Amino acid sequence: MTITTGKKGEKIDRLAELAAVRDDERGVSLWQEAFRRLRRNPAAIVGAAVLAVFILVAIIGPFFVPYGPTDSIGIREGVVKSGQGLIPGPSGDHWLGYDHQGRDVFSRMIVGARQTLLVGVVSTLIGLAVGALIGGVAGAAAGLGGRWGRWIDTVLMRFVDMLLAMPSLLLAVSIAALLGASLTTVMIAVGVVSVPVFARLLRGSMIAQANSDYVLAATSLGVRRSRIALTHVVPNSLAPVIVQATLTLATAIIEAAALSFLGLGNPDSAVPEWGVMLADAQPYLGIRPALAIYPAVAIIITALGFTLLGEAMREALDPKLRK
Amino acid sequence: MTGSENLVEVRDLKVHFPIKRGVVFDKVVGHVKAVDGVDLSIPRGRTYGLVGESGCGKSTLGRALLQLTPPTGGEVRFDGVDLTRLSAGRLRSMRRRMQMIFQDPMSSLDPRQNVESILTEGLQAHGIGGSRDERRRIIGETLDAVGLPRWALSRYPHEFSGGQRQRIGIARALVLGPELIVADEPVSALDVSIQAQVVNLLDELQERLGLTYLVIAHDLAVVRHISDVVGVMYLGALVEEASGDQLYREPMHPYTRALMSAVPVPDPDVEDQRERILLSGDLPSPANPPSGCRFHTRCPWAQPTRCADERPVLRQIGGSKVACHFAERIASGELRPHRVTAEVVRPADEGDAPGVVSAPSEPGSYV
Amino acid sequence: MALLEVDDLSVTFARRGQRTVHAVDGVSFSVDAGEVVGLVGESGCGKSVTSLAIMGLLPKQPGLRVGGKAVFDGTDLLQLDDRSRRDIRGRDIAMIFQDPLSSLNPVIPIGLQVTEVLTRHRGMKGEAAAKEAAELLDRVGIPDPRRRLKEYPHQLSGGMRQRALIAMAVACRPRLLIADEPTTALDVTIQAQILELLKELVRDSGTALVMITHDLGVVAGMCDTINVLYAGRVVETARRRPLFAAPRHPYTVGLLGSIPRLDSGRGERLTPIPGSVRDLLPWPDGCAFAPRCTRRVDDCVGAPPELVLAHDDRSYRCVNPAPVPGREPDSAFAPQTGAVAAGASDAAAPAEAASREEESA
Repeated sequence: MTITTGKKGEKIDRLAELAAVRDDERGVSLWQEAFRRLRRNPAAIVGAAVLAVFILVAIIGPFFVPYGPTDSIGIREGVVKSGQGLIPGPSGDHWLGYDHQGRDVFSRMIVGARQTLLVGVVSTLIGLAVGALIGGVAGAAAGLGGRWGRWIDTVLMRFVDMLLAMPSLLLAVSIAALLGASLTTVMIAVGVVSVPVFARLLRGSMIAQANSDYVLAATSLGVRRSRIALTHVVPNSLAPVIVQATLTLATAIIEAAALSFLGLGNPDSAVPEWGVMLADAQPYLGIRPALAIYPAVAIIITALGFTLLGEAMREALDPKLRK
Repeated sequence: MTGSENLVEVRDLKVHFPIKRGVVFDKVVGHVKAVDGVDLSIPRGRTYGLVGESGCGKSTLGRALLQLTPPTGGEVRFDGVDLTRLSAGRLRSMRRRMQMIFQDPMSSLDPRQNVESILTEGLQAHGIGGSRDERRRIIGETLDAVGLPRWALSRYPHEFSGGQRQRIGIARALVLGPELIVADEPVSALDVSIQAQVVNLLDELQERLGLTYLVIAHDLAVVRHISDVVGVMYLGALVEEASGDQLYREPMHPYTRALMSAVPVPDPDVEDQRERILLSGDLPSPANPPSGCRFHTRCPWAQPTRCADERPVLRQIGGSKVACHFAERIASGELRPHRVTAEVVRPADEGDAPGVVSAPSEPGSYV
Repeated sequence: MALLEVDDLSVTFARRGQRTVHAVDGVSFSVDAGEVVGLVGESGCGKSVTSLAIMGLLPKQPGLRVGGKAVFDGTDLLQLDDRSRRDIRGRDIAMIFQDPLSSLNPVIPIGLQVTEVLTRHRGMKGEAAAKEAAELLDRVGIPDPRRRLKEYPHQLSGGMRQRALIAMAVACRPRLLIADEPTTALDVTIQAQILELLKELVRDSGTALVMITHDLGVVAGMCDTINVLYAGRVVETARRRPLFAAPRHPYTVGLLGSIPRLDSGRGERLTPIPGSVRDLLPWPDGCAFAPRCTRRVDDCVGAPPELVLAHDDRSYRCVNPAPVPGREPDSAFAPQTGAVAAGASDAAAPAEAASREEESA
């Protein structure tokens, strides 16, 4: 486009081209660019590292534990007499010592990681699935407009408001009362509690997208509504939902622990779960506070990992922060 | 006036948005009359420029013309067919022939689509170009037409500069081979040096492809530069319509005069000698427009008779159409301007951005 | 002596893992008392960052470096500590921003926001402050000022908000007013009102005004001196009439050619500047505008073009400037002695190449 004046002209164009930093041949999509930004963010690296360790331990850890998590070797060997306040601490054989039933705490922590991850992931998935379904239908109905659309949207959102208005603990307790205390109950309870968040987020995000100029542009092109919803509205609404899912994993783990702590989890403490371990440690806080500290610290670090990663993802995906 | 001469004929077009209040049940408490009875015709191959300030309803008019916002009343004839009566399916296939260019090239492009996918979408929707190669050929020609390189195809909108993004938006409209293009503020989001590129491109494309344009803008200089006929809107209605030259030489409506005198010209000599007609106060809210002539609250020529009670109709005076009871007597100098005291105008709801009027308060509708 | 003398101001943002951004790259200009000076340029030319740097309002962040001098009435604003800078701000120098809504506090009534300024800088209190505030609102053309004082920003229209902001800015009769795109967000008839108001204020109070805008039409009507910025540097400085009559820098020429004028007819092709602001050469490698320039010559590359001081108080940064209409094209490098001898003394003073200290990369 520029008028060249001989050799120097070409040189200018070359220099300008260099200055404009050309990316590689193919274009960089938003997701790719978000990932690049994520990799440059130290918080994301730390969060991802913590989670990688946690997930690795949760998946393969239980195959390598030194002792069975339900094996009361301490009592069998006569070293643990919790009735008399005798619960030995860490030693060479038992890195984190015994618990009140004489079981190896280190082994239980590792097996518990798997349970905790399972509870977190499953309950988040429950919340995400139900919430996204309600939010997606409501958002699509609101987007389609018309009397029926608005009616469906209103009914669904009032239902969600009801869920939101109920204290989450009360909700969980009632679900537990209905289904009986078990790990499944905990997962459902925690999942249901996060339904309103996902539903409102997806609906709001879809409505915002439905009002955007590019949806109007697609309409003016003559693209069908259903296709617009699937190719423009939904994909562009997902980013905040994914971020929220990561953040919800953190709260889900904490909430599940809280419910287990309150005794709404698996009554049979044979299957170790960090929340259950925390609850079990309560009577012995005076003798061996470490029994409560181990699971507590593990929960905090894991939740922190999810939060760090979630926040970093939020930043990376925020279109406003793009250059 | 024969139907074949004009590609677009708009008759008494009205777009009223309900204002809803209420906690549980929405109650309609009034209407924002964004467009309130507009007639206009656009001859084939020509450009109609629509100018006005934010909130005057010009964008809503453009969208209603394309049936992107359903009109409340009136008719829009496109090549003889009344668009307001078409079924959804017929309307969708009609959309191929009328396209839109948006103000903000960033927000009107889906950030997750690359350029190829942006340009293919319309082709697929209308089943144009059976094979992939055929589509590639059409897209390639369109890219050439708007001056974008081929490597743009695999790129995403955020990788382009503002001017290039607007070219993508133009390419998206052009790829379907439309006859009418509605351009809503096509250059106002761009830098000055880029504006000229896009304006020239629009001119060039019209010459080559025989396109008909409706250009909507707040910048009178841009509109005058690009349009054959200019319509001036104020609070939902046309107040004056004339050829660009006529409008500049002899603005008849008091509002046009004020608007014309307010546009800064990059020439100190012109600026120093111009007579400024400063309007007092702000644009009244379209939810509660003044009675009679809607401009009478700010008009320096307003008369005690008729202006406040009788709404003037657009009538032919010389080469212009003017909606003013006293246009002749103002033009002859018989009536002199007087001082107007400003009235306080409340911003419509939250703000006075054009969005308030063009986006009704109901949830989104991808109609 | 100028009221404000900005000398070689530079602002760089260094971010880890990214290239250092030279937002302002050696900007120099001066403002005399009572003068209206325009800083004109497109987005990214550094005009707004310049004003924020002078006011000390750049967000404090690691990697931000401000260099050069901005001497206001004998004190270098860039050397001041935060406290004394805050004292000067609002009292001696005031600023008006583009978006009046975000510059006003949404939860505090207008009146309180105005009286706050009066209390802070003029020590006025109670009824006296309220009275003065009402007078200020009246002066900037807000109808029924007493009642407006109790209202919140969202209750006012865009034009009225900008007026309220101007009232706050002139509350302490500052000697310098910096207006950053004060009318860009407003409609053209409202813009005309606000520009008229600013002109009036400058005329009546002798306040100097720095007008930052992208709109050459706006500067044509009100600025005495105009600085055209490109890629963080002033590329041309001139008085108003000479600049529009005979722009010398090809960028200025290009800008003027790009604007559709109200008084030009339908179909007259514009002459746009090719490319976009992204196509630029880093200043140390030559003229940043060279890649888009239609008057490009070999000497544009290699080193940044030096500032050429010409007659009429004008200067430009170009090795091959546009010729002045009706005169022989002159050359910046070799002033022809013959031409000088032949020309009238005031019309063709030899173009003198003066090198301001060039900052290294």
